[in-house]
Parts: sequence; C-alpha cells; structure tokens
Amino acid sequence: MTNLAVKPSLKNDLIHLTLAEARRGLEKKNFSAVELTKAYLDSMEEHRHLNAYILETPEQALEGAKECDARLAKGEGRSLEGIPLAMKDLFCTKGIQTTAASHILEGFIPPYESTVSDNLTKAGTITLGKTNMDEFAMGSANITSYFGNVISPWKRADGKDLTPGGSSGGTAAAVAGGLAVAGTGTDTGGSIRQPAAFSGLVGLKPTYGRCSRWGTVAFASSLDQAGPITRDVRDSALMLKVMAGHDSKDATSAHVEVPDFAKALELGVKGLKVGIPKEYHLEGMPEDILNLWDQGKKWLTDAGAELVDISLPHTKYSLPTYYVLAPAEASSNLARYDGVRYGLRVPGRTLDELYENTRSEGFGEEVQRRILIGTYVLSAGYYDAYYLKAQKVRRLVTQDFELAYQKVDVILTPTTPSAAFALDEKPTDPVVMYLNDVLTVPANLAGLPAISVPAGFSKDNLPLGLQLIGPAFDENVLFRTARVLEDAAQFKSFLRGHVS
Amino acid sequence: MSLDQDTVKQIAHLARIKLSEDRIKPMQEDLNRILHFIDQLNEVETGSTEAIAGVNTPAMPMRDDRVTDGDKVQDILQNAPEVACNMFVVPKVVE
Amino acid sequence: MTNHYFYEGTTGPWELVIGLEVHAQVISQSKLFSGAATAFGAEPNTQVSFVDAAMPGMLPVINKICVEEAVRTGLGINAEINLVSIFDRKNYFYADLPSGYQISQNDRPIVGKGHLDIELEDGTTRRICITRLHLEQDAGKSIHDQHPEKSYIDLNRCGVALMEIVSEPDIRSSEEAAAYVRKLRSIVRCLGTCDGNMDQGSMRVDVNVSVRKPGSSLGTRAEIKNVNSIKFLAQAIDYEAERQVALLEDGGEVLQETRLFDSAKGTTRPMRSKEHAHDYRYFPDPDLPPLVLDAAWVEGIRKTMPELPDAKKARLMKDYELPAYDASIIVAETETAAYFEAAVKALKSRDSKAVKLLANWLIGDLFGALNREDKTLDTCPISEIHLAGLVDQIVEGVISGKIAKDVFVRMWETGKDAASLIEEHGLKQVSDEGAILSIVDKILDENPKMVEEYKSGKDKLFGFFVGQVMKATEGKASPEVVNKLLKEKLG
Repeated sequence: MTNLAVKPSLKNDLIHLTLAEARRGLEKKNFSAVELTKAYLDSMEEHRHLNAYILETPEQALEGAKECDARLAKGEGRSLEGIPLAMKDLFCTKGIQTTAASHILEGFIPPYESTVSDNLTKAGTITLGKTNMDEFAMGSANITSYFGNVISPWKRADGKDLTPGGSSGGTAAAVAGGLAVAGTGTDTGGSIRQPAAFSGLVGLKPTYGRCSRWGTVAFASSLDQAGPITRDVRDSALMLKVMAGHDSKDATSAHVEVPDFAKALELGVKGLKVGIPKEYHLEGMPEDILNLWDQGKKWLTDAGAELVDISLPHTKYSLPTYYVLAPAEASSNLARYDGVRYGLRVPGRTLDELYENTRSEGFGEEVQRRILIGTYVLSAGYYDAYYLKAQKVRRLVTQDFELAYQKVDVILTPTTPSAAFALDEKPTDPVVMYLNDVLTVPANLAGLPAISVPAGFSKDNLPLGLQLIGPAFDENVLFRTARVLEDAAQFKSFLRGHVS
Repeated sequence: MSLDQDTVKQIAHLARIKLSEDRIKPMQEDLNRILHFIDQLNEVETGSTEAIAGVNTPAMPMRDDRVTDGDKVQDILQNAPEVACNMFVVPKVVE
Repeated sequence: MTNHYFYEGTTGPWELVIGLEVHAQVISQSKLFSGAATAFGAEPNTQVSFVDAAMPGMLPVINKICVEEAVRTGLGINAEINLVSIFDRKNYFYADLPSGYQISQNDRPIVGKGHLDIELEDGTTRRICITRLHLEQDAGKSIHDQHPEKSYIDLNRCGVALMEIVSEPDIRSSEEAAAYVRKLRSIVRCLGTCDGNMDQGSMRVDVNVSVRKPGSSLGTRAEIKNVNSIKFLAQAIDYEAERQVALLEDGGEVLQETRLFDSAKGTTRPMRSKEHAHDYRYFPDPDLPPLVLDAAWVEGIRKTMPELPDAKKARLMKDYELPAYDASIIVAETETAAYFEAAVKALKSRDSKAVKLLANWLIGDLFGALNREDKTLDTCPISEIHLAGLVDQIVEGVISGKIAKDVFVRMWETGKDAASLIEEHGLKQVSDEGAILSIVDKILDENPKMVEEYKSGKDKLFGFFVGQVMKATEGKASPEVVNKLLKEKLG
C-alpha cells in the first residue's frame, strides 16, 4: 500500500538504511564507504527525473569515500565517517558550484566552505551533490528553482507528480527517494519542516543561533537556520550534534554548549507537559490533519505526558509579520547580486542598466516579488506602518511563547495545513501559496527549535507530519518527544517499505 | 494600502529590477494581494510594545584588531564577469 | 563684531548657515567588520576579504578597537556615550558598494550630543555643538581614468572604519568651518584615533551650506561632498555662499542637491550620479546584535584619556604665562605640543621669559624653516634638546639674539648643538668692557662729525654708533655693554 514511487530493490537495500544503521555497518565493515557511496550514486542516476540535485559530485564523493575507508580501516572513523549526504545548494562549498537555485548565481564557485558543511565534512561525511531548492529558499513547493521543479518520490493514487515541499525540496526528495542517507536544509519559515512532512521524513529547525549562518547564502538573516532532514529522529540528533556549535565568524551564533542530543532520545515523555495551542486549530483545517493531531495527543498521553491547553494569541499574525520582515531583509541581502563580482552579468550601457538587466533576468518571478515587497515596506513613509509594526508584532509572538513555556515543556501542532499537492495544482495567488507556512512560521519568528515527525497519512495516503516546538536551546525536549511519536506511529518501518 | 503603477515602477528602480511594461500590471496585482494580506497587522494593538530586530541575540562579539584576512586577490576576482588590472570592471560611472 | 558673520549681497546682508559632517578614518590594523588590512596605497584588491567583497553568505564581526576609539573620540568632544547602540543597513546601489548597503548607525549612534570650542583670529571663542558620532564602513574606490568607457573598482578601502562626526548647523563662516575642522583634527590626533591626513582621505568633510536673511528661517541647503583640505573647505563655502546669494537675489531658488567641489576651478557643481533623491531604507542589520557597552569599560577609557588640546593650552598659559595665541598654535598639532614640551623640559631655566623665547623660536624660525624645506617635526634636523640649548645660550647671554639666528642656520645645516657651533665658530658674545671700550673709542675717534651732530641733538645717530661697534666685533659684542658704554662716552 505504499505510495513511495521509488521501489527499493533487494539488491540495493543500502540506500534505505538510516544514518545510524549505515554508520554501524561501516564500522563493522559489512560494507565500505565506497560501496555505500556507489549505491547512492547509482540511485541518483536512476532517479535523475526527480531533479533532486542541481549538481552531482560523484568524483569528489568517491574520492572522499576512499579516504573514509582508509580511516575506518585504521579504526579512526569520526562520528559520521563515510555517510553520503545531500547538501542543499544554499551552503557554499569550496570549489563546487553554489547557486541558491538562481540563474543569477549560475557558475559561481565559492572559494570558501560554509561552517555547517565544513563541520559535516570534518566529521567524515561525503557530499553526493548540491540539492535543488526554491530560488534563494523562497518558496514552499520547490517550484521557483531556475533549475526546474523537484518531483516528490511519493505518488498519489491519480499518479500526478507531487511537490516534495520547499524550499529544501531537493534534499527531502533525495533522502526520501534513496538518493542520500540524510541531508541539510535551511528553514526561514518552514523550509525544512514542511518538505520533511510532505516527504515522510524528520526535519529539524534548530534554535536560532544554534548553527552558524557563515557561508550559507542569506535569505532573511534574523530567521534563517540550517538543520538536518533525516529518515528518523536519531539521525536528526546525530546530524545536529555535528552541524551545531558556536562560530566566531557569525555574530548571531550562540555561545551555548552543544549537548550529546542522542542521549535524550530514550528519556520518554513521562510527566512532560505538552501544550496544545488552540490557535493552531485553523478554520477549515482538513479532517485528516485534525485526526492526526488528535492521534499525536493520544500517543503522548499514552506514554505518560500531560496535555495542557494553551493560547498563543498572535499566531494569526505570524504569517503577515513574516511576509514583511523576511522580504525586507531579503531585499537588502540580495542587493549584492549585481553582476559585478560574481554570477550572471547582463550588459547595459550604464551601470544602472547593467544592474537592472542583470537582476531582472537573473532573479525569478517570486524572488523579484519579494524583493519589491521588501523594498516597499522599508521605503520612506512606509517603514513605520509595515516594518516597525511587524517588528512589534514579532515581539508579541515571541512573548506568547515565553508565557506558554511557563506552563508547558513542549508544544504539539500539525506541521502543515494539508498534504503535498500536485505540481499542476499550484496556486496562482502568491498569498495562497504563502499559507503553507502558517503553522511553521511562528517558531522562526520566535527563534525556537521545532521538529516535524512523520506521523501518519492523508486521505490520499500521503505523508503528514506533527510538529513539536520547544523552548530556545532545548532541542533535547524535541528529540525525546519526537522519539515517542515516531515509535508510536511506526512510520519508520513503513517508510522503508518491504526492505526489512 | 495599495500600490499604483508609478509606485511599482519607482520601487522596481530602487531595487534595480527592470520591469518591462507588460510586467507592471501583473506585478502590481501580486504586490497588492500581498500588501492586503500584510495589512492584517493593523488589527494588532501594539501600543507600547518595543520593536525587536532579532531573537536569542547574544552580546555583540568583538574581534581583536589583527590582520587575519585579505591578500587573496585571485580568490576575490575569480568569479568576476569582467576584470582588468586586478580590478572589477563596470560601465563608466559619472560622478 | 557680528558683521563678521554676514555675507554682503546687493539686497543687504545674508547669514551663512553651515553644518559639517566629518568622516574620520579610525586608526586600526584591520577593517571595521573584517580582518583585511587598512594600510594606504596597497595594490588593488589585495586588502579585501570575502566579507568586503560581499561574497554570498559572508557575515560581519566588529573590530573592538574601532568601538574603543569611537568612544574615546566621543569623550574627546565632550559627548554622551550611548551604552546601547545599533548598526543599521543603509541601502543603495553603487559601483564601490559591493553588498548594496553600507553598515552604519542611524537612529542609535554610539556617541550622542557633544561640543567643541573654536578660537577665531580675532581672539574670540565659539562653541560648536555636535549632534552625534557614529561608526560606519567606508566604500571602495572607482577609478575612472584607466579606460574611456569603463570604471575600475578597487575594494581595498571598502569596509575601513570611519567615524562620522556631525555638527549642528552652528557654523557661520568659512573661517569658523576651518577652525572647527582644525580643532577636531587636533583632538583626534591627540587621542590617536585618526591620523587626520586629509590628503590621503583619512579625513573628509561633507559641507551643508545654506543662506538666509538674518532672523529668518533656514534656507534650502546644498551638500558639498568629499572636500579634502581645509583650504578647499573654505573655498567651497565661500563659493557656495556667493552662488546661493546671487541665485536668490536674482529671484531664483536654491535646489536641495549634492554638489562636488572642483578644486582646480574653486567652484562647486551638481553631482550627476545623485540626481534622484535617495531612499536609503535604513533598518537594523540582522547580522549584528545591539552593541551594548559596559559603563565601567567606558570609564576605564575615560581614565586613560590623554590631555586634550584645550586643557593643554590652559596649562601652558597658566604654567608659563604663554600668550593665548602662542599656546593655541602649540597645541593645535600633537607633534608640536610634544616637541614644545620636550624642549621646555630640556631648558636650563624654565622661567616664563625663557619659555616665551622658546615659543618664539619654535613658531617663528623653526616653523619657517620647516615650511621652506617642506619638512615636518618628524624630519626636523633640529631636535627639541638642541632648540632648548639655543635658547639657553641666549638666556645666559652667551650669544645675542642676532648671532642666534646665525647659529640656528648652522644648527639646521649640520644637526649640531648650539654650544659646540658657538665654540667652533667663535661666536661667543663679548661682554668684556675693556675690550669693547677700546672699540667704542676707536669708532668715536673715526667719526668726529657724527659725534658732534649727535651731541647737538640728533638722537637717532645713537643707533649708527651701536651698529658700527657691532660691525667691528662681528656682532659678538654684548648689546647691553655697547649701549652702556656709548651712553657714558656720549654723555
């Protein structure tokens, strides 16, 4: 009854191992890093129509795998030694094209490595390639990429191509489709959690400040956070441990200890107070979503948690706040793409013409829309009415959470208001598209950690996720709660289909 | 609030994005839909609430005054579309 | 005296209203938000980091010394230090601004209201209020003369720390504007926060000029950008005042615009690239948390503040009874003050007469010689100790003031001290009355006619006899002894 279109074959069950399983297999020498990497490279070739990768880097991957095997042979394997990963094309990778899925950065070869990708490489991971995404991470369906849509490995009964979600849609499709063990994403308004939910994966947006933003192409600096997309909760904890950490090159990076998150996994939820915010019960929310939410509540109470009704009164205003602040920051962050120092240049007679031609041709429609909105809300005469107002509402949203965490340990909500939609059903009204992020955006505004756990299926048999939101820098409460949901949902074994 | 076409052109110029004539009207409509959505914020009583620019912000970290970077002109120029005399080249700028 | 501040038009007097924005480059090894070097004159783009070139994903981290120097400068201009300040992005597209925004401080600068006092030629002092001082990044450099249709961009300067010091529109004349900038420069140099080199661009001035009929409200102002010398500053203001008055008296109106000063012609012209009114869309830089300073840290800086020019001037006037004019000149440049104080220390006698004499030699002969030979105190062949030695010789009566001029020239040429040169060339003053008396007698004998005329009332001839005696002794005779003996002999 699985809807996962990528049918795992028995000869190639390597591509359906979790990160932890793969790591154990490598350690026990059941298979080599080169074998594991080759399995993924084959799978990538086989499923290229999903368009999950903008750039595949097989040579570097195999080269890296050999080095991993050498280390493993000497018993010097590092924590993620030999694990083939999908890297969102928003992370600058030294010597490897980085585009943010934009024409304007096509051909850009960074002479530096982002802190997050560097942390992963230094822990022994192998990068299989740079994954597709919404252009500059602006989108929720992976349909704004200059390099084409990503197609979800999941199929609905009608056989239509579905969105994997966005903006980290390439990574989600890769991890779900067996094109990477795990992968990196970034989440500004839901760009990790929503594609994870649509693709039956675990997606974690860490606390703002947990992972360095240095070397990651910026969208909205006060909201952007890198995080992992993985096949299960344990993998998420293992990835975050490596990705996170203070970075003196990022002034917003937090000076906090990075705990061994995996230790929290089996703590259970006994006595934990779980907040259920009434405002997340949206008008017209589909029944399958509501049922899933109820199911989640039951799983947690069955495991000994206590439910507490809470109110986050400014939830409704989170999305409009986000659509002021994120475009405002983006309009400024994207001013550097001007055709002078890197990327696309479309000539003009004057410098202004060069700028205008380059940016008009280099940026896609959605990016241009957001730059224009952002420019407008910051412009003279509108700053107070829009930008300043939104900053104030952001404080109110943040305060809502602060009050809630005086009463509860963690908050449970659905991740998305619906399941994945077909690519040809994409809404023409940009605002309707924006509503996809309505349940995920508040955690970005408040800088809180949030995780999406695959927990069930829609009426169309597509994956749905439950979201847990924790207090700042308490990812541990997310992991222990998510593990309980994951166990109860038995989703993991389901995702792996008939391999096991 | 809603935008007229002149304002759309003005913003596009501020943002240095060329909008051909046929794109102005659809862009105006899209932007107005978004603005209309954003206008919900007017319902929120923000009174004496102080604005915040960010969250979880640490104290401003400060570096020591040492030269730790630079001297990599090739890395700086390698991606540039046009270079001469180790400098970036643009159409003549008139001051 | 108020006339001084008015510009006389054909329709009566006009008042000038001037406000200055001084951009002072902070003395630091590395840039405000990156670790690239700040040295002047490096090869193009060699002092550029990925942050300065605004590569994707790059982030700013602030340089502590720049914060410290902004605070120190703020204290030096008697200003409030804001313990919480915010960095904002000022958004605009320009060839030498890679990120499309300049990191600056808009609403909440690091330093608030302050003031400084300026001395004018007529001896009066005026207080000029300062609105604020904030930290910001410098832009890169566009080079226009390498290619007929292209500009070349060098980002070496891009990101260098600047302090922008904004005055209130309190300034009323080009003289005041010049005095303000000189004063500010002497303060930052004394503090060591900016080298004040206007020719290298480490201090640049934007001038806002408007004119109005006395007592009426402010006129429309024009902004003149990047004036890079004090001479040009005065020229630019005078030209602009004349232009605006002529325009207004002709029934025209002044446009609010940005103008450039053309130093070759001494005129200003509208800046073409700034035709469109800017909308900078300032907003807090989300890459930088608020800058929160510890009050105790600020007090620590206050405790290590050097003596500032005003205090130094007051001390020199009090301790040595130096006239205000001399004291102002000495304290105007840190190097001058340091030279002077070292020389005073080396004097054998530090009474007010000796110190005044030293001041005269410094301000007069030494500055004259430095100017003539295009040297500075750093490259001056006469050390502080040697100049003090020369003054000692005069005070002790070893040489006359006149011989001292000769000794000074020899010191300049040889770098030797006064005493050895006097010895070497036998320039010692003759005070032996017997020796001088025989010369006096000889001169009087040789000029009987003159003696007669003098005695019959032609007093002026006294100087002639002094001159003849000095000539005969090659200037070495003590003028006091010569005077005394001549008076005795001539009755």
